[in-house]
Amino acid sequence: MPDRIVPHFQEELEQLKTRLLEMGGLAEDRVSSALKGLVQRDAALIDRVLAGDGPINDLHIEIDRRCFKLLALHQPMAVDLRAIVAAVKINTDLERVGDLAINIAEAVRRYMRHPPVKELIDIPRMADIAQRMLRNALDAFVRRDTDLAQGVLNEDDTLDALKTQVFRELLTYMLQSPHTIEPALDLILISRHLERIGDHATNVAEDVIFMVSAKDVRHHAGEVEI
Amino acid sequence: MSVVQTIPPSLTVPVRPQPDADQHPVCIDVQGLNFYYGAKRALDNITIGIPAKLVTAFIGPSGCGKSTFLRTLNRMNDIIPATRVEGKVLIDGDDVYRSGTDVVALRRRVGMVFQKSNPFPKSIFENVAYGLRINGMAANRADLNARVEESLRAAAIWDEVKDRLYDSALALSGGQQQRLCIARALAVKPEIVLMDEPASALDPIATQRIEELIYQLKAQYTIVIVTHNMQQAARVSDRTAFFWLGRLIEEGPTDRIFTNPAEKLTEDYVTGRFG
Repeated sequence: MPDRIVPHFQEELEQLKTRLLEMGGLAEDRVSSALKGLVQRDAALIDRVLAGDGPINDLHIEIDRRCFKLLALHQPMAVDLRAIVAAVKINTDLERVGDLAINIAEAVRRYMRHPPVKELIDIPRMADIAQRMLRNALDAFVRRDTDLAQGVLNEDDTLDALKTQVFRELLTYMLQSPHTIEPALDLILISRHLERIGDHATNVAEDVIFMVSAKDVRHHAGEVEI
Repeated sequence: MSVVQTIPPSLTVPVRPQPDADQHPVCIDVQGLNFYYGAKRALDNITIGIPAKLVTAFIGPSGCGKSTFLRTLNRMNDIIPATRVEGKVLIDGDDVYRSGTDVVALRRRVGMVFQKSNPFPKSIFENVAYGLRINGMAANRADLNARVEESLRAAAIWDEVKDRLYDSALALSGGQQQRLCIARALAVKPEIVLMDEPASALDPIATQRIEELIYQLKAQYTIVIVTHNMQQAARVSDRTAFFWLGRLIEEGPTDRIFTNPAEKLTEDYVTGRFG
């Protein structure tokens, strides 16, 4: 018999984190596939993204149930309470990222009905940043690393700036040749979805900081400590 | 006035539980049990199936009959004068109240741990060895030693006492004494362990150790625990039964009882809106 008993609550908390990571991996993978479909004009890949929402939706429900049960049966306190509340919120953010991957895939499918408006440079860059933010936010969650989480928050401005740049650039294309309006609007929508994915990664990073240090950094709240 | 007369007639009859029958067949099958202290009915028509190798918790306000019911399962109420039982308690199909039941054998099969730890005023070793000796369960000294160690390990106390097995059990802390009592109950290889408020006299750390122990023991034993601590029932049990005024109001999976009970009385109790 070990000297130190690991409470089964802690085991269940670890399982919860593992499931959240799985969900994060799925969401990231779907964003990655949607972008690959755009760059490579791969209709089959886009179709797979559009059809494959089931596992994320199932995990969304499962994780919420786990959180609900842990809250009801274990009355967690302090860091454990913050971890479960954070998990509920992160779960919602990850599910939204999965939905945004679908939105991107829908826009890509429409975009592919037209010839390419231009060579894609900034949108793949945005996708890299958004996915890195998401990955780092989840790593920060697992490692309880507030520095990494803070890094995610700092990257959000870059993503916002790129979205503005994409919009301005495509605006010039649309003004010059109206037949590019439809596909260019889809590219603008895609950049908007990627920017939203960055916002969700930012939410996750904020939740990590709250979970680890009990500081609320949302809305530039001046790092209010509860 | 009898307790029974105060119960509103509208209460629904509890539904028989249906746990995973393959993995956890019904081990204790109670059918229409009434229990009387003299003329006063303390348990009213209790029907419940307690599944094997799970933890079932009995909760309810003081005087609701949960401890009385627990003690009917191994006939511990027999020692109280002027009590009477009606109905059946079947353990693996045998009615424990049929005439001719060997009560000593029953209590070996259905062990019990009490609210206040009650080690014998003997050494730690002797506390566990005692039941093995009187039941002739050890072939020789080496076998006895091995069985004592096995029981102390199962009760998660071996590492704390292995270097002082021959010290008095009364020198142990309250939490250690309670785990020793659990080791003593486990030594005679029971099938079922009944626990009556096993952690109510312990501090939070000792309580957590007991709770984790209960959680681990269910792999091998059917455990029934009475607790007035709802949170404890939530943490340790797989199934929860809510008693009120001598009646079983509701029984079901613990997560359902604590998140979405079927009965308003249960909801009022678990949310603290009682009375």
